Amino acid sequence: MTESSDAFVEFERVQKSYDGETLVVKDLNLNIGKGEFLTMLGPSGSGKTTCLMMLAGFETATHGDIRLDGKPINSVPPHKRGIGMVFQNYALFPHMTVAENLAFPLEVRKMGKADIEAKVKRALDMVQMGAFGGRRPAQLSGGQQQRVAVARALVFDPELVLMDEPLGALDKQLREQMQFEIKHIHEELGVTVVYVTHDQSEALTMSDRIAVFNDGKIQQLAPPPTLYEKPDNSFVAQFIGENNTLDATVDSVDGRFARVRFNDGTLSRALAVNCGGPGSQTRLSLRPERVEFDANVEPDEEGVTGLVKELIYLGDHIRVRMEVLGNRDFVVKVPNGAEVSELRVGETAGLTWRAEDCRALDAA
Amino acid sequence: MADATAGDGIAPEENRSASGLLLSADGTPLKNSIARAERRARIRAFLLILPLLAFVMVSFIAPIADMLFRSVENDIVADTLPRTVVELQDWDPASGVPGEPVFEAFYADMLDATEAKIHTRLGSRLNYEESGMSSLFRKTNARRLGRIDDTQPLAPQFEKIDEDWATVEPWAILKTFSARYTPGYFLQAADMKLTPEGVESVDETQQIYIKLFWRTIILSLTITCSCLLLGYPVAWLLANLPMKSANILMILVLLPFWTSLLVRTSAWKVLLQEQGVINDILVWIGLVNDGARLVLINNQIGTVIAMTHILLPFMILPLYSVMKTIPPSYLRAAKSMGANDWVAFWRVYFPQSIPGIGAGAILVFILAIGYYITPELVGGTSGTFISNRIAFHISTSLNWGLAAALGSLLLILVMGLYWLYDKIVGIDNVKLG
Repeated sequence: MTESSDAFVEFERVQKSYDGETLVVKDLNLNIGKGEFLTMLGPSGSGKTTCLMMLAGFETATHGDIRLDGKPINSVPPHKRGIGMVFQNYALFPHMTVAENLAFPLEVRKMGKADIEAKVKRALDMVQMGAFGGRRPAQLSGGQQQRVAVARALVFDPELVLMDEPLGALDKQLREQMQFEIKHIHEELGVTVVYVTHDQSEALTMSDRIAVFNDGKIQQLAPPPTLYEKPDNSFVAQFIGENNTLDATVDSVDGRFARVRFNDGTLSRALAVNCGGPGSQTRLSLRPERVEFDANVEPDEEGVTGLVKELIYLGDHIRVRMEVLGNRDFVVKVPNGAEVSELRVGETAGLTWRAEDCRALDAA
Repeated sequence: MADATAGDGIAPEENRSASGLLLSADGTPLKNSIARAERRARIRAFLLILPLLAFVMVSFIAPIADMLFRSVENDIVADTLPRTVVELQDWDPASGVPGEPVFEAFYADMLDATEAKIHTRLGSRLNYEESGMSSLFRKTNARRLGRIDDTQPLAPQFEKIDEDWATVEPWAILKTFSARYTPGYFLQAADMKLTPEGVESVDETQQIYIKLFWRTIILSLTITCSCLLLGYPVAWLLANLPMKSANILMILVLLPFWTSLLVRTSAWKVLLQEQGVINDILVWIGLVNDGARLVLINNQIGTVIAMTHILLPFMILPLYSVMKTIPPSYLRAAKSMGANDWVAFWRVYFPQSIPGIGAGAILVFILAIGYYITPELVGGTSGTFISNRIAFHISTSLNWGLAAALGSLLLILVMGLYWLYDKIVGIDNVKLG
């Protein structure tokens, strides 16, 4: 899928600068396969929306090539690219009815009246909005407007649809529902989707692959499980999901694993992913659900002791906030069970984990 | 509390009177309770607007009412010549010069009038209807009336003062305008006149008001259109440029407001006259022959150019404030769906800017239709508006009744056009921001 030979959308060495002094997008290389759902995820200002706008044609790349289906599109104006787009604020035309909004892309393509009607009806039915064709956008709720916007981006059968934080304005429940709907539409139509969001759970739920953006660069491009379980660097580890970090120095590297020394001298073992050789600083990343309590931790094992600071009851599980090796926000998720009752605020407790779950990353 | 359950989301017990009115807790009708509870707020709100209300009443509503009244008021004849008016009631102009009783009544009235020195005022009033009346009444003064021997027949003695008294015309005019309210001014304002035989148009050579009204409307429409054509792109730039450049442009748009209207209009005189800057440049670059310099001032072209310049900000500002609210994503959405720049503008952007066009157009048109100074200074004779004529009657000819009638017609015209506008565009579609 990532082979450039069958890539549908290609970014090759793309750079973008607005002021000629700083690069918003630095040397972007990205291949998107046909039919793929790719999400660009990152904090605001990371360059993800700029990339989307360059693909749509509303921004020009300062350097590099963007290819769509093998053809360079740098000099193709937006209206000739044939790319569907869903905007953050829906951008439904307020002076047209829902049906007129959907008919617009077909009318500018000079389609016949009967064809237009059939296509509009089909698109509206697809998003369960068939009964609302005569309404104005202002008479619809946010979720309904969102559906219409999706239908409008798809009604002219584009092969590529771009979505720019389309669910940002919806409340949580509606957002989750719409995530599934968009996912289902994608699966049904087999259309290629490039989706921009800063919401990681949205990205994890919907995407085939996620490109995590930061500082104008793709930090990691991987399917959601890989991204969560095998982050390549400490930015991705921190940005995706909940993460505990511990700073340490590499003592020795032994095959896949590294022996690391914490500041208090304790030694531990971690998976050497992105740490330097012996003597270099590293940051260990540990998911809260991969840490266990162990009453008898022995030094030189994969384990430390920490001070219990707070217990937060969440029904099925308990979040335990601890102070571990100077990190005051070390969180452990414990399933609600007998084990929990032994924990007391203000007491020390032993923690262990598997060396495979503790990833030694860059010290950033 | 009686309805303590209300907070729990259970419908509270409702107190209802026998007639079904909702009652508040103490048994008074709910509507009365609301009125009492909000009375203080309403009184305070009223006190806040009271100074403005008083100011508007005194300085705006009252003068307009007075003006509307003046356009039909005609007390002067009946007040100055009360007895004559009564005697003339039974007189028919077709039967020739009125009889002795009319002359007796007229003699008595004129004695009083000349004593009070108000007979010349009546003369000038009647002169608006028929020229010559003013000098006729001035001639019939106290000295000449004193020579009349009231034991002899009066008609020949009046003929001796002025032979016009022996003709039908002055008497017919007196009779026609003896009523306390007259449509005369309005008829005059519409190029017609009231004669003893009824309403008829004035001579074609003397018809000016209808023509002036038409010219005012057509020039105002031209000015509105040229303001729209010039202002729309500027407003678009203002709404779409980055903040910093937009601010500078906005200052340039507002600059005319900081300069006196007279200075700006006089500047146009310098620019537009035959030996002026524009003609000089056109001759210099060879577009215009030196012998055939363009006549750009003291005609309609001058009025349109100068007024377009002066009223342009009133078009740009409402357009800008509406365009500012149209997110750029609409144009992008249209383009992403395959519309080229023109289609995206015409089908998506333009319809949404119509409220601004409506507001700007109505503002410019209404300002233009009543404009006075600029047409006066650069309009010459062919580029003046109806308001210049009104000003002439107020300050020069002193025919306030006619000025009032012209003003009332203008007011009615503007209201009529406003109604038409509401029918066609819809006043709900007008947005100032």
